[in-house]
Order: sequence, then C-alpha cells, then structure tokens
Amino acid sequence: MALDDRKSDGFTFVGTRPNRPDGLDKVTGRARFGADASAPGMLHGAILRSPHAHARILRIDTSKAEALKDVKAVVTRADFSDKVEFAPGLEGDFWNILENVMAGDKALYDGHAVAAVAATSALAARDALKLIEVEYEVLPHVTDVDKAMLMDAPVIRQGAADYSVPEGMHPNVVRKHESGHGDVEAGFAEADLVIEDHFTTEATHQGYIEPHACLATLGADGKGELWCCTQGHWIVQKTCAALLGIETANLRVTASEIGGGFGGKTTVFIEPVALALSRKANKPVKLVMSRSEVFRATGPTASASMDIKIGMKKDGTLTAAQGTFRLQGGAFPGGPADFTAMCAFAPYNLPHVRQVGYDVMTNRPKQAAYRAPGSPMAAFAVESVIDELCNQLGLDPIEVRLKNASREGTKASYGPRFQRIGLVETLEAAKAHPHYTAPLKPGQGRGISCGFWFNHGGETSVSLALSEDGSAQVMVGTPDIGGSRASMALMAAEVLGIPYENIRVTIADTATLGYNDVSHGSRVTYASGLATIKAARHAVEKLCERAAKKWGIPVDAVKWENGCAVPSGPNAGEFDPLPLADITADMGRTGGPISGHFEATPEGAGVSFATHIVDAEVDPETGKTKVVRYTVVQDAGKAIHPTYVEGQFQGGAAQGIGWALNEEYIYGADGRLQNSVFLDYRIPVASDLPMIDTVIVEVPNPGHPFGVRGVGETSICPPLAAIANAVSAAAGARMRQLPMSPPRILAALKADG
Amino acid sequence: MSKIHVSTTVNGDAVEYLCDPRETLLDCLRDKLSLTGAKEGCGTGDCGACSVTLDGRLVCSCLVLGVEAEGKEIGTVEGIAEGDVLHPLQQKFIDYAALQCGICTPGILVAAKALLEQNPDPTEEEVRFWLAGNLCRCTGYDKIIRAVMDTARDMRETA
Repeated sequence: MALDDRKSDGFTFVGTRPNRPDGLDKVTGRARFGADASAPGMLHGAILRSPHAHARILRIDTSKAEALKDVKAVVTRADFSDKVEFAPGLEGDFWNILENVMAGDKALYDGHAVAAVAATSALAARDALKLIEVEYEVLPHVTDVDKAMLMDAPVIRQGAADYSVPEGMHPNVVRKHESGHGDVEAGFAEADLVIEDHFTTEATHQGYIEPHACLATLGADGKGELWCCTQGHWIVQKTCAALLGIETANLRVTASEIGGGFGGKTTVFIEPVALALSRKANKPVKLVMSRSEVFRATGPTASASMDIKIGMKKDGTLTAAQGTFRLQGGAFPGGPADFTAMCAFAPYNLPHVRQVGYDVMTNRPKQAAYRAPGSPMAAFAVESVIDELCNQLGLDPIEVRLKNASREGTKASYGPRFQRIGLVETLEAAKAHPHYTAPLKPGQGRGISCGFWFNHGGETSVSLALSEDGSAQVMVGTPDIGGSRASMALMAAEVLGIPYENIRVTIADTATLGYNDVSHGSRVTYASGLATIKAARHAVEKLCERAAKKWGIPVDAVKWENGCAVPSGPNAGEFDPLPLADITADMGRTGGPISGHFEATPEGAGVSFATHIVDAEVDPETGKTKVVRYTVVQDAGKAIHPTYVEGQFQGGAAQGIGWALNEEYIYGADGRLQNSVFLDYRIPVASDLPMIDTVIVEVPNPGHPFGVRGVGETSICPPLAAIANAVSAAAGARMRQLPMSPPRILAALKADG
Repeated sequence: MSKIHVSTTVNGDAVEYLCDPRETLLDCLRDKLSLTGAKEGCGTGDCGACSVTLDGRLVCSCLVLGVEAEGKEIGTVEGIAEGDVLHPLQQKFIDYAALQCGICTPGILVAAKALLEQNPDPTEEEVRFWLAGNLCRCTGYDKIIRAVMDTARDMRETA
C-alpha cells in the first residue's frame, strides 16, 4: 500500500502534514534546551576525569580546590548514597550507573569521572579542577573486543558475568545469548554454496549536537528540582533518587527541549553529580558537558566482531545461517549482544538458524543505546554475505531477498511467529523504484540491504484535559525528539474531531503525570500515540455522557461523529449534533471538568522492516567514497505525519552513512581516545550527502488503533550493509571492516589488484 | 583576573557587559546577555551551532573572544525575524520540517541567511558547501537544503 492513496483511508487529520507546534520557538532561538536554563544564585559545575584507561585510585586530595573562595562544593564518590549496592551479574544496575557517573576504587576508562566542583563561575570551576590531586596506580588496559576475550587480557571487573556465561571464558565476557531453531549443519549440507566470513565495526557516537546539560537543585530537606535534556525524565528521576538516597517523588524532573539523543540520552551521566553538588553547596548547580566530555564519557555504541556463515541453493533459497557476535560494550555490562544476535537473521525465513552473542567489557566508556542498538552491525555482516552469495551465484539481490523474506506466520530467527509485517512490501517497492534500474556510471556500484528492528511499547501515561472553549491540552511523558508533539496532536484531533490547531501537546514533568518509559525503541508515536488515542476516547465517553444527560437518553444511544455528539440511530431520538465546545462550555455545571487519561504498557509495537538502495562511487586513487544516490523504503504501518516519517528515514540513513564511511572511536596504545572533537570524529556534513529519497510503505500494525509502527530506528539498520555492498561492487573488493575509510579502501583495492 | 568592559551592538541594540578575557563571545551572548539562541555544540568551531554574524561576517561565536566584540555589530538568530514577521528562511524551515530536534537550527538559519545575502541564486552544491560547517545529526540535510533553495527562489521572485 503506497502512501499516495492515503486520503482514501478514512482519516481526516492523520496523514496530513501540518506545521509543528514547536516550530516557531525553534526558528527564533526561543526554544529552551538543556543548557539554556538558569536559576537565581546558580553555581557552575565541572567534572574532573581520569586521563587513564584503567587505574586504581589511591588517593584524592580536594583540599586545595576547596580552599578557593569561588569554590562552594567538591564531591567525590563519598558524596553519593552508600545504599546503592553492587550485586553480581547484571542485577546491580543502579550500582553500575553510580560507578559510571563517579568512579569508585578504579577509573575504568579515559574520561571516567573522579571528582566534581561547583563554583561561582564556569571558569572558576574549571580552574579549581586543576587543583584536585589524584594519585593513580595505572593498570594494564584493553580496548579491543577480541583482545578483551583472550585469557591473558586485563580483567575489568571480577564477578561481573552472569549465569549465562559458560565456565572457562574470560571474566570480561559478562553475558552470552544463544537462540535459533533447526539443525544448521543439516542446512549447510543442503546448500550449493556456503560462505563464511568475518566482519568488524567500530564504536560510533550518537553524535547529538547538544551536549548533556542540566540544572539541579537539591535541598537539605531531600526535595529536589532537576531540569535536563533527556529522552526520559522518569528514569532520570528514579535513578538520581536511588544514587542520592532520596525518595523518588521528592525529585521533580523537567525535560528541556532535547537537542538530539538517538539513544544516548536514555540514562544519566551528569545529573546525579549536579544534584550531589547542589546538596553540598545548598545552591542550584548548572552542569554542562563539553564536546570532548561527550565523546569520552557518554554513548557510544558498541563495536563488534562477527563471524557469519550462510548457505544458499543455486535458485537462491537460503538453507541455513549461523552467526557469532562479540559486542564490546565498554567498562560495564550491557553491550547489546542479544539484540545483535536476534536481529541478524530476522528478515529471512530460515529452516535452520543459530545465533550466539557475547557481551564483552573493555576499558572504554559504557556503551549506550544508539538507534536500534545492535541491529545495524548485524545487518552489515549478514547482508554482506547474502550479497556475496548473490554475486557468486549470479542472482538478483532483491529477488533472492523476496524469495526468502519473512512474512506473516514465519517463525522468526529469534523465536516468535511474525504477525502482519511489511518486509515483502518494502522489497517490492524497492524493486519497482526507478533507482533500482537506473544506469550506473563507471566507478559506481549499487548495494541493497534489508534491516529489522523490534520496536517497543513500554510504560506509558497520557492525560488529556478539555478547556471550556473546546480546546484540548494533552500531557505526554515522552520527550519530543523528532516532532512527536505534532503526531500526538494529529491523533487526538482525529478522535476528538476538533482542529489540530486547537490541541496543545506538552511534555509533562515527573510531578504532573504518571510514569513514562524513555523515548526509545521507536515507541513514542506507537505507545504515547496509542495512549493519546485512548485518553481522547476516554474524554469522548464523558462528552457522550453529558450529551445523553442533556437529551435524557441512555449513553449508549449517543455516538461521537466529526467533533459532535449525535444520536446513534433513528430510535435514539431527534437531536441536533452537539459540538464539543458546546458541551465543554457547560461542563462546570453538568458534572465538572472533562478529562481523559490512559495508563498501560502496550505490547503490540509491531516489528519494522526496511530496504535501502545505495549508489556509491569510489575514487581508486584516493580511496574516497561518495554516496551518489540513496533511497529508503520502509514500512511505517501508518504515517501519522508523513513529513516527520520521511525525516526519520533520512536521518537514519545519514547516520548510517557516517557509520559506514567515516566515524569511529580511535584509541591510542595508551588507551586514550584520540579523536574526541568533531574535527577528528567526522560526522556527515551537508556537502558529503546527496538528497535522500524516501518511500513510505504502510502495512498497518494490528497492535495500534491507527496501524502505527515506530519508524525512528529501523532506518539505521540497512545503511551499513547497503553502502558496504555498493562500495564492494564499485571497488571490486569485499569490504569487511567499518568504517570504509579511504586507507581501508585503498588497502582492499591493493589486496584485490 | 579582572574583567573587561565591552560595549557592542547586538541585533541593533546597544549592549554592554563585563567579561573575563578568556570568555568567548558565545559565553557572553548566552550568559551575560541571556541570548541563548546561539548554542554550544562543540566549542571548537566544528559544528556551527553558535554561528552569528560579526560586522556582517559569518563566524563561530565560540571562536571569537567576548572582548573582540567591542564596537562591533553582532547578529544572532534572535534578530532574524522583524518583530512578529518571520524571515522567509524561518517560515520555510517550519513549512519544510527542515528541523527535527532544532538545536542546530539557529546556526543554520544565521548561516543560510548570510549565504543568501551574498548569493541569491545558489546551486544545490553551493548551499551544501556553504552549510558544510553546520552539523545537523537529525535530518540528513535533505529538507534543510530544499528549504534554503526554495527560500532563495521565493526571495528572487519577490525581489
């Protein structure tokens, strides 16, 4: 189902493209982001960070810093709650976060926080950091995932592994995932061609342009206020309360406008530190990260080392697939090895499949979620092998994917049977797109890839209140990272039958709405959208009750149509339609304020697939790659605001291009990050990219009232592989390592030639 | 360290502030004048989120010292609209959804306005290279480039 016929879909507001409610604020500089807040009497914080990749902290002397007149507080680990206890395995989540935001006995990576200062100015705070003396005992370190698994590797932390890790593995391996079905050996025996290969990807940063920032106030009475840029302020509230030993409800967290997150703002870094400083100084404290701190101590995604083996018959039928995925997640458990393994083969209907994932610790910053965490690297490895199989068997890559595509009822590689899904529709749309058959110039290659992401529901609360004049305010708890306030207003308008412009959507703070999970897992338009629809329906029920009361008929004889209560049929009686605004005008006298709300954990998020087509051009003299044409085809279920759906498609593709071609964390032999500024960690700039074409496919998700599937993350799953396949075709050499930087491409050309 | 008194003009208004010689123009705009439209994305002149004009020239305000603004004319995103009338670029950015999170938007608007003042008829390539100093992580630049090109077309037609 293409988007072109969408106005035959019965929707009035959904599927239209109104301007976003926060547009004016954002083009005039009025929108208030994390670092844009201030408070009377505010101090400025700064954090001292370890210059060592791995070191025991023998002594911290803060006396010289504390002696400065401008310095009002210095905190170390001793200033956090001692009730947050370490538990073996993965259970000590709060302890892990505490350990990450302020080092305990050891500094575990270059950039690990060891102390913090609050002073009367940002400059004074930075100057004071230089006076804090830390005595380190430098320990051996490891930053590479394969080396961290070798038996002689330095141990990051004993006892961090959970029950899933078999005996005999290095203590840095902290979790093992294994899943699949069938008998892969039997499957490989049926194949006409089996390819086995090894692939690696580097850690990349989410690269949001807004560094982490917050403004914290915590008084001696244990009551606090926190303003911060976050993808989810309830998790910030819960985590900070635990780390500081205060009651959750006593900390009110307000989410600022957020300058990008992509998964990297789903946890806390500086917020508990600012609160600890504020408690000690008894004044508000503003804490803002520098870009270098962002690179050294937040994000990035995991790096990966992967072995893939896939068997195919001459006609393109896949017979079996297996993969081993080693994910480097930094100095803490949590690398998404399970997601990587589970996503790897999800696009394909495989009789025999087996996937194993290892979560491995190294002396690097704790990895954070990054847009479909774990999936893009898996797709890179798997889709490269499928491409190579197609090449060697002389088969069309889209036909082969169509032949093997997962459909409704397919037993997924990771377990369940798929409900209605749209992979085949994206492949058909890609095949029909003019891009797929457009001629290529010499030196250019074309690559395609599929991608998969689970999508997520999560705990969700929405409250909707009607005003006397018939306008509506909707309070949602998922920070708006890509235009979701517009989508919520469209969905509320659809149910209420009042204009989009009469609805104001606010991201409520933690004191004014029930718990909400983070804006992650592509869940906002799905889950907050579902909750908005249900909250609006709840209000409509009450509106119908008021009309029934007025007309003196039973409530089930009233229905809601085009923003009015109307009799449900001829037997209900003859009454003129009663518009929403007429009901709300009298609501104080007819039973009181009318609001709707909804709280639940929706579980029908609906998985999402995409197919990307890329043309790349490789300069054989310099090894430089240029992406010359890019088309994203993705299933959105139902595009609530198609322009913002396109925006998610384009943004995911652009981040994927950076990951594929430029971006990587580079560590020196000393374990220090070598490229912690945007000049050296180069994300795509405008002159690097072509226009990014989009095709919105709509295969409705049965788990959402309007058919929505989340779209934010799947868009970054295919690009790494699609670009690698295009570059491999252009260069005539298989690219097995990301990023495909010019030196790597030159090396591949040389090895091939 | 004693502070230095600076008199300058921001968006046509005479202003003054006291600043430490180490503080950047960006720090002064944001912290002393409460003009928080310009953003610090990197502090090293790589991301362009702090773009302003200094005597008409496009600069990263994080690479200019606060004291260097003495006697100069500074233009920020807050001065682009005339009263409640948006600049055509601002309106087009809303119409095209040429922003997602919006953190890079102030810098991109200041930079794009400077481009169109110099070159009312830029090619797509010229727009892309002019804006290569303004990082956006959300949009993939597609809608931004289209918005700037379309604004240029409109402004040429109404000029």
